[in-house]
Amino acid sequence: MAKTDALQGSLDLLVLKILSRHPRLHGYAIMAAIANTSGEVLRAEEGSLYPALHRMEEAGWISAEWIKKETGRRARVYELTVAGKKQLGAEESRWESVSLAINRVLREA
Amino acid sequence: MSLWSRISNALHGERLNREIDEELQLHIEEAIASGRDPDEARRTFGSMLRQREASHSIRAAGWLESLLADVRFGWRQLCRNKVTTVAAVLSLALGIGSCVGAFRLIDALLWRPLPISNSSKLYVLSRKMIGLYGKPAEDGHWSTPEFNVMRDAAKNQADLIAISDADRTDITWTTDDEMEKAHVAYVSGNMFPLFGLEPVLGRLLIPADDRGPGANPYAVLSWEYWNHRFGRDPHVLGSSLHIGDKTFEIIGVAPQDFTGTEKGTVTDVFLPVNTNAFATQDSITWHRTFLMLKHGVDPAAALEPLREHLSAVSSAFGAECSECRRGMTQADIDRYLNQKLVFTAAGAGISDLQKDYRRSLGILGLLAALVLLIACVNVANMMTAQATARAQEMALRISIGAGRRRLVQLILCQSALLGLFASVLGALFAEWSAPFVLGLVNPPDNPARLALPADGRVLLFGFGLMFLVVLLLGLLPALRASAVRPVAALKGGENPHSLRRLMRGAIALQVAFCCLVLFLSSLFVASFQRLQNRPLGFSTDRLLLLQTVAGKGQLPVVWNQTAEALRAIPGVNSVAISGWPLLGRIKINSDISINGAPPSPTPAFFLNVSPGWLSTMRIPLISGRDFRREDTSPGAAIVNETFAKTFFPGQDPLGRTFARGVHRPLNKIVGVTPDIPDHDLREPNRAVFYVPFAGIDGKSAPTPEGFATFAVHTDAQNPLALAESFRKIIAQRHNGLRVSNIATQFDLVRDQTTRERLIAMLAAFFAAVALLLAGIGLYAVLNYSVLQRRREIGIRMAIGSTRAGIVRLVTLDVFLMIALGGCVGVVLGFGAARSVESLFYQVKSTDAEMIALPACAILLTALVATLPAVLRALRIDPTEILRAE
Repeated sequence: MAKTDALQGSLDLLVLKILSRHPRLHGYAIMAAIANTSGEVLRAEEGSLYPALHRMEEAGWISAEWIKKETGRRARVYELTVAGKKQLGAEESRWESVSLAINRVLREA
Repeated sequence: MSLWSRISNALHGERLNREIDEELQLHIEEAIASGRDPDEARRTFGSMLRQREASHSIRAAGWLESLLADVRFGWRQLCRNKVTTVAAVLSLALGIGSCVGAFRLIDALLWRPLPISNSSKLYVLSRKMIGLYGKPAEDGHWSTPEFNVMRDAAKNQADLIAISDADRTDITWTTDDEMEKAHVAYVSGNMFPLFGLEPVLGRLLIPADDRGPGANPYAVLSWEYWNHRFGRDPHVLGSSLHIGDKTFEIIGVAPQDFTGTEKGTVTDVFLPVNTNAFATQDSITWHRTFLMLKHGVDPAAALEPLREHLSAVSSAFGAECSECRRGMTQADIDRYLNQKLVFTAAGAGISDLQKDYRRSLGILGLLAALVLLIACVNVANMMTAQATARAQEMALRISIGAGRRRLVQLILCQSALLGLFASVLGALFAEWSAPFVLGLVNPPDNPARLALPADGRVLLFGFGLMFLVVLLLGLLPALRASAVRPVAALKGGENPHSLRRLMRGAIALQVAFCCLVLFLSSLFVASFQRLQNRPLGFSTDRLLLLQTVAGKGQLPVVWNQTAEALRAIPGVNSVAISGWPLLGRIKINSDISINGAPPSPTPAFFLNVSPGWLSTMRIPLISGRDFRREDTSPGAAIVNETFAKTFFPGQDPLGRTFARGVHRPLNKIVGVTPDIPDHDLREPNRAVFYVPFAGIDGKSAPTPEGFATFAVHTDAQNPLALAESFRKIIAQRHNGLRVSNIATQFDLVRDQTTRERLIAMLAAFFAAVALLLAGIGLYAVLNYSVLQRRREIGIRMAIGSTRAGIVRLVTLDVFLMIALGGCVGVVLGFGAARSVESLFYQVKSTDAEMIALPACAILLTALVATLPAVLRALRIDPTEILRAE
């Protein structure tokens, strides 16, 4: 399985993208969504997911809210903010230019 | 938003940790629920604690958390030494409160700009000259015709504004003779527009209102007066008020914060300048002249040429005005024409109160600042001692990796806490003390009124002061603590001498400040005492003064009949009449011409009195006789000893004559009295002569008097008890006489020393506080040093040092420091005293007792403060110490 290395520098992008598709997810659900949509190829490590979530929250890209689940437990769900949407666009175009560049390098070889 | 959430998270660190834990816990549970192995699910997070730390530091402001921790720690430190903390906070609060209180007074009276537009472009005109008796004098009053000439001359560059002082005036609102007092100022019509003031009600005076003599008898009320006299009734517009025989119509109310240009007095009524009878007189100088530069005129370039221009105009006016110099000697005319016109910035208003109290308030501020400094030195000493006691702790902190910056922060936090508490208490003290002191500034019947807002200026000063205090207190101990060398300190062998040197320096500093405070205080207290104990030469006992006015004037016979009516009242011992009361601050001088010669350069002051006035005032006659009923003025005169010595040196004055100017009728001296202070207690005795109250004109017809004072000697101890019945008796006679003011002679004498009493009282207060604080500081330092040197003292005792030797060891350097500080303090005191010499009365800073008094007080305090430490040192048991070590 491809591990965190593949995610280096792109965790923010993945989280923002997931949240743009499915708003109001909690941490575990975000992790599960990354795994599902990538066909179990990409996995966000718990050890880096939560610091990343909290960092993005402080940066104002996502906002958090406590909700009551059906089980009666409290869950902290995240949602994209306006600034987050802007950030997502920037990250996406950055990712595209990087992958384009990498592809070019690979073709040259 | 983000910073705010980080700050809020830092303030609620525990809650944040719980939330992070809860979130992670839910994650683990979800993972297990979806089929992960529980142990593996938990392991993925690694150390839960580290995970929490990582998230915590992202979500909370770290600097704030460490600051909070330091504040908490500092608070605990303060709580550990409750007594010292309370003492420190109280002494600092007193210091800060006094400083802020003094600042509020000084700022409000001297610095705060008037609430008008362009206050920085406002100047006041005055003339500097050599006054009577050869002293330099400044006159800020001008005649209206001269003002008009100057206004026209300056009109291209500046506007001139005439504003009279707000005099306490008798006014009547209805016609039924209910007289009351209000502060009335006459102003030129351009004042309100130039000051950019808008009416609260109706309209304000405009330039058209002061054209032509008394054509527009309009009045504008101040908001303050409208509020307390009329309860803000809008129907006051159109009603009329009467002053003397003039009637004015109320046309508007001035804005709330504008109380006139005379700081210390709230003007109640503004009237046009031309409605005053003085406005047409060339020779009566009665109002101030303000100058406001026109828009776009550069003050730096325009002021000096403008001053020279106006100076020339003013001189030309003086030279042409023959009336201004009537009866003057040539020397006086030269003096009059040789004056210098000066501009003074008047953005903060102008008043006699400012002139009288500028130096006094400066001294007050200096004393408050010194007390604060003494308190600061005390507390800094205490904190240094505490920091030294914690040297080991500091060393430990440094060796396990605390940054020195963090240590400085730790100690500054503690001093900031002290500073904060002291500032809060100090603010309360200032809130109370500034109005309290202001209340003592003027006699109770005419109190000084000054807006004392606690606004941005005061807050800024307060915060600046607090910041300074925190730095003063904390910086030294903080730097010392952070300079701790861990190895030396942990071994327990830090050099104690450097600290003791520091504390000894602090003692010298403190004693110097304390000595300065005591020295100045003793000068002021001695001045007040000598002034108060000045022999009066007349009696103030049971003497009531009815200051009475008579509209257009009444003949002496009417005044005499009224005196007769008062005499008939039971409980009245005697009644006499004088033009004005003694020490009532009224003085009128007169030229003296002997044998038709030109008047001498020294004038004499006079007072017109009825027969029996001397005996009512208990003023004895040295020779000759009192006035009789048939004596008139001019005709007879009684003179004092200085008069006799000045004008008839070496001769018997009885039977000799003098005239009040060349070619004036002669007065024959019929009696001689001792000298008495007649209008100002502070001034030396002048030549004074008394003339009969009954005046006659050139055709021997009696002349009417517009005002006079009945001096009533009562049988009852409190003469004020009869005041109302006197007022009623005089009103009932319907002869045009009306009592305008009632005072006892005792009060008039007491009011003479108001300023001196205030300074002496405050100086004595500050001296007591300074002495107390210095004593506490001395005690603490000595006590600490004995505690620290127990081992050394024990060893010295064991090897045979005498008790005297131990006492010398403990106290010698401290007393050297006291001597050093004392000398510095006295030298500073000489410097400070020279700048306020004008406030002293018959006291010189070089008087031996003025230095001896503070020296004794400090020595005594030092003895008392060192005694406990010395006893402690002597009680040290060498065997116990040596065994313990």
